[in-house]
Amino acid sequence: MRLVVDLNKCQGYAQCAFLAPGVFTMHGEESLVYNPRPGAEQREKVARAVAACPVQAITAEGLPGTGEELVGAGRGASDAR
Amino acid sequence: MPAEAFHEWLRQEGRIVIVGASLAGLRAAETLRAEGFAGSLTMIGDEPHEPYDRPPLSKAVLLGKASPDHTELPRRRDIDATWRLGVAAAGLDMAARRVRLADGEEVPYDRLLIATGVHSRPWPKEEEAQLDGVFVLRTRDDAVRLHRRMKGPPRRVLVIGAGFTGSEIASACRDQGIAVTVAERADAPLVGALGGVIGAVAAELHRENGVDLRTGIMVTGLEGDTTGRVRVAHLSDGSSVETDVVVVSLGASRNTGWLAGSGLGAGPRGIACDAGCRAFDFRGIVTDDIYVAGDVARSPHPLFGYQFLSLEHWGNAVAQAEVAAHNMISAGADRRPHMWVPAFWSSQFGVNIKSVGVPSMGEEVMITQGSLTERRFVGVYGYQGRVIAAVSFDNTRWLEFYQRLIETGAPFPVEFPTVDRRPEGRKPVPADFPDPSLPTHGPTVTLSGYSPADRQLVFTPARH
Repeated sequence: MRLVVDLNKCQGYAQCAFLAPGVFTMHGEESLVYNPRPGAEQREKVARAVAACPVQAITAEGLPGTGEELVGAGRGASDAR
Repeated sequence: MPAEAFHEWLRQEGRIVIVGASLAGLRAAETLRAEGFAGSLTMIGDEPHEPYDRPPLSKAVLLGKASPDHTELPRRRDIDATWRLGVAAAGLDMAARRVRLADGEEVPYDRLLIATGVHSRPWPKEEEAQLDGVFVLRTRDDAVRLHRRMKGPPRRVLVIGAGFTGSEIASACRDQGIAVTVAERADAPLVGALGGVIGAVAAELHRENGVDLRTGIMVTGLEGDTTGRVRVAHLSDGSSVETDVVVVSLGASRNTGWLAGSGLGAGPRGIACDAGCRAFDFRGIVTDDIYVAGDVARSPHPLFGYQFLSLEHWGNAVAQAEVAAHNMISAGADRRPHMWVPAFWSSQFGVNIKSVGVPSMGEEVMITQGSLTERRFVGVYGYQGRVIAAVSFDNTRWLEFYQRLIETGAPFPVEFPTVDRRPEGRKPVPADFPDPSLPTHGPTVTLSGYSPADRQLVFTPARH
């Protein structure tokens, strides 16, 4: 599983750090540090973190049910048809 | 062929080549497919790796929280491309519409996207740069090498240059209890990007975290031992630093060397393009088949006086790539301008630093939230009576508000009675940027002019 967080969008709500603490951790008050390639056993937790992010800053590949669909961030500027 | 028919043909059968297989190149490819491009797509990258994310290399990776080999970018969709990785583009024939590769092969295109990014400026003295223990940090391979050496652990790391990358490296060293000296030519870290007022806060951060910060100083030479390992660095004040790892963080240069003589408007400051990402040739005439995106592009932005901005910003690479890809396969009126408001982040010494707008254009800065002494604040930059940028230290959630002020040309000094403005009062102070004609280390925004008298772009100090 691969993931990336758009840290321009991230506002440090730390929902991901609560829901998938093995993948996302806060460094200081606001900075997010994450493991960009978590193991498969984290899949469910990551899916919850992606869904819970208030600013939809997390893009993950290989989550169940997403197929070719985008997860979370990144669609903002592109009105793909 | 009428334009409509041409673009229909292009979408179905055209050949698109993307030079640069990193963030901008990948997101452009995904956008092309998402918008229905069905022709052939070729991705050319000089590194042997598939597209990976760079920001973690100086943060999570150095902190040991992520492996340097594992930062591949997640894919938004299958892009069905022909990948040419590990081979650099070596030339461009604009008339024949062909990209020449370093291995001699030529790749024809109907539309070309250049997203070759930047490379880190190496230590200028070649022999010293070759010493064992001297590193730069830009690519994954750089990160693997540095990471390995940091696990040593080294006795002392010397970081040359206190821009964002240099400061992040110093922070990671301290986090792991490694002794670190930072040498910076300016009077404080981050001065090129954020000015001296904010730079002074950054300097406190360094010192309080145990960094041996030396400012107003230059490294004059590196010296190795008999086995060729770096041993000592000599500084311009006559002092020296015993060190076994040196990280050269002197900013980046745009990867445009391969375009020399091509006729494209490309030079050390990037490739000039219009707001629709179409590249200019050296005469200032816009091309319609060559597009640029990401760190290597320089485009005019109406919010910032139509200055040509080149941005080493993650979000800009994504947004510009999406616009470029859309425009490449769209006819006239369907095209969109790239008007991203510059924004970047850094994380160092446990502090989250974020910025919107173009701080380096700012003449004055005003602390509108929090205070400098607490290192939790928002600073707003003013330029000719307008809000031009804002920076936050551990105050991210305010930035969106300031972004709207920038976008609407709100007056500066800001007039609203802010909720928690404290010790710094209501008066702006000079932002204290260095003379723009003197290059500083690692600016993330470069403002420059364009000289048609030369086949290359030259740096023309263009401040006010």
